Amino acid sequence: MTDKKSFLKEKARQIRRHIITMTGAAGSGHPGGSLSIADIVAALYFEIMKHDPANPNWPERDRLVLSKGHAAPALYAALAEAGYFPVEKLVELRRLGSMLQGHPDMTSTPGVEASTGSLGQGLSIANGMALAGKLDGASWRVYVILGDGEIQEGQVWEAAMTSVHRGLDNLLAFVDYNGLQIDGTVTDVKSLGRVADRFASFGWHVLEIDGHDLDQILEADAKARETKGRPTLVVANTVKGKGVSFMEGKVDWHGVAPKPEQVEQALAELAN
Amino acid sequence: MTMLGKKIATREAYGDALVELGKENPNVVVLDADLSASTRTSKFAAQFPERFFQMGIAEQDMMGTAAGLAAAGKIPFASTFAMFATGRAYDQVRNSIGYPGLNVKIGATHAGVTVGEDGATHQALEDIALMRAIPGMTVIVPADYVEAVQAVKAAAAHVGPVYLRFTRGGVPVVFGDDYQFQLGKAALLRDGGDATIIACGVMVGAALEAAEALAGEGLSIRVLNMGTIKPLDGEAVIKAARETGAVVTAEEHSIIGGLGSAVAEVLGENCPVPMKRVGVPDVFGQSGGAGELLEHYGLTAANVAQRVREVVGRKA
Repeated sequence: MTDKKSFLKEKARQIRRHIITMTGAAGSGHPGGSLSIADIVAALYFEIMKHDPANPNWPERDRLVLSKGHAAPALYAALAEAGYFPVEKLVELRRLGSMLQGHPDMTSTPGVEASTGSLGQGLSIANGMALAGKLDGASWRVYVILGDGEIQEGQVWEAAMTSVHRGLDNLLAFVDYNGLQIDGTVTDVKSLGRVADRFASFGWHVLEIDGHDLDQILEADAKARETKGRPTLVVANTVKGKGVSFMEGKVDWHGVAPKPEQVEQALAELAN
Repeated sequence: MTMLGKKIATREAYGDALVELGKENPNVVVLDADLSASTRTSKFAAQFPERFFQMGIAEQDMMGTAAGLAAAGKIPFASTFAMFATGRAYDQVRNSIGYPGLNVKIGATHAGVTVGEDGATHQALEDIALMRAIPGMTVIVPADYVEAVQAVKAAAAHVGPVYLRFTRGGVPVVFGDDYQFQLGKAALLRDGGDATIIACGVMVGAALEAAEALAGEGLSIRVLNMGTIKPLDGEAVIKAARETGAVVTAEEHSIIGGLGSAVAEVLGENCPVPMKRVGVPDVFGQSGGAGELLEHYGLTAANVAQRVREVVGRKA
């Protein structure tokens, strides 16, 4: 394994440990869909995106919009690991007066680029950022992570048309395709059909990857950068609860925090 | 050159002011959802095509896109009819724009019953109530062309989300060239000691007409133009109540949640006096001519005057 890859794997493992610790301490939150994006978030913050934790408002930074805002623990963990704020702050998640709100709040947390949580709104926000970048002739890029269940929201498809209509090749969207949403499997609740085909038919450059394979995540970004004139959508096939045996593939872990003994077991599994 | 007395729709002012802003500030951008001819943003689009974003019939996406533009340093004016800006896209306005306090200006035209023949689905009567309830949202309802131009510029200069409400139809210009709009301040249009009419938007003209009619009956009526509904100039409201002892509000909006409610909240807590709200009673609008609809819902100088007589009669 290359040094880069082992470094990113280690970051993803730390992010997963933080997700467990944070949600355990909070007694609520969304561990399943946070764990499923840990590898993508690690790749973004520790390899792909140019950003400066010491200067969160650096105008030339790349931006991530976490449209599936309930996966905030993964974002907060990455930001803390990157140095935006002390790792010790993470256990304050969801507490009264905390800088770490239950869903991302750009006014509370350094490094958070958009306030999200009401689903379906992040791609539009990312489009707006990408349009501003184009207007300014800037080189920074915009990333967005959507949930699979989230794309049942109609606004996502309004925005998907905008991204293509405006030729936003400075935008890369991930769909965290873990196949589960609150009320069951995505297929049972309201089938998405072939997500890749749907976005492709809208005119997107579409890639499909294993969302836990760091090489594939980096390669997808490289291909997106080479693609001119249209945005790239990456269907990232993932496992909800990835890395914690008793959470993997279990819809029950969408919005339930682990109890102390479960925290212990999960951290043991994520020990190395 | 004064425009006093001329009838001009305030949406014309929106379109004209945007063009001026476009020349002054390269960060000003405009979005529209397939209504640019009606909202008059087409004027900006013609002059600054690279800074105009046609979003198609997708108001939710438009508000989110505006949020992203603002997050990246632009001053976006998201434009559509009041109905769709506040109704269709409420969640986006609340969560993507209001909650993070982003610097988005919402230009909402075709508000109220004066939309006319299109009927209830297009007549926003609760938009002020919805926008007023969002923390940090500034809400402006200009009374005429002169005030509207200045209000658009004041909105651009203000950092934070602003809701601007404009009319489809012509409204008489009541302000001279020397008028200076001040965000958050009521404008005294006529002084008096027997009662106060507090009005906004198209009802300002009616309020002045009512005051004139009542003067003929020996009543001296104060008229306040409340161009900013939020933050409300509570000081001017309390002063009016203390000095005149009775208040009538007048607005082209539901009597629930708009100017009348905002004034009642201040009076109830600080200086209760006899009060009456003139506005659309708790009903949906309907098709008809703008003038006919104003008449039908009692949004007239005659009705305002009648309500003033009532509150004056209730004074201790």
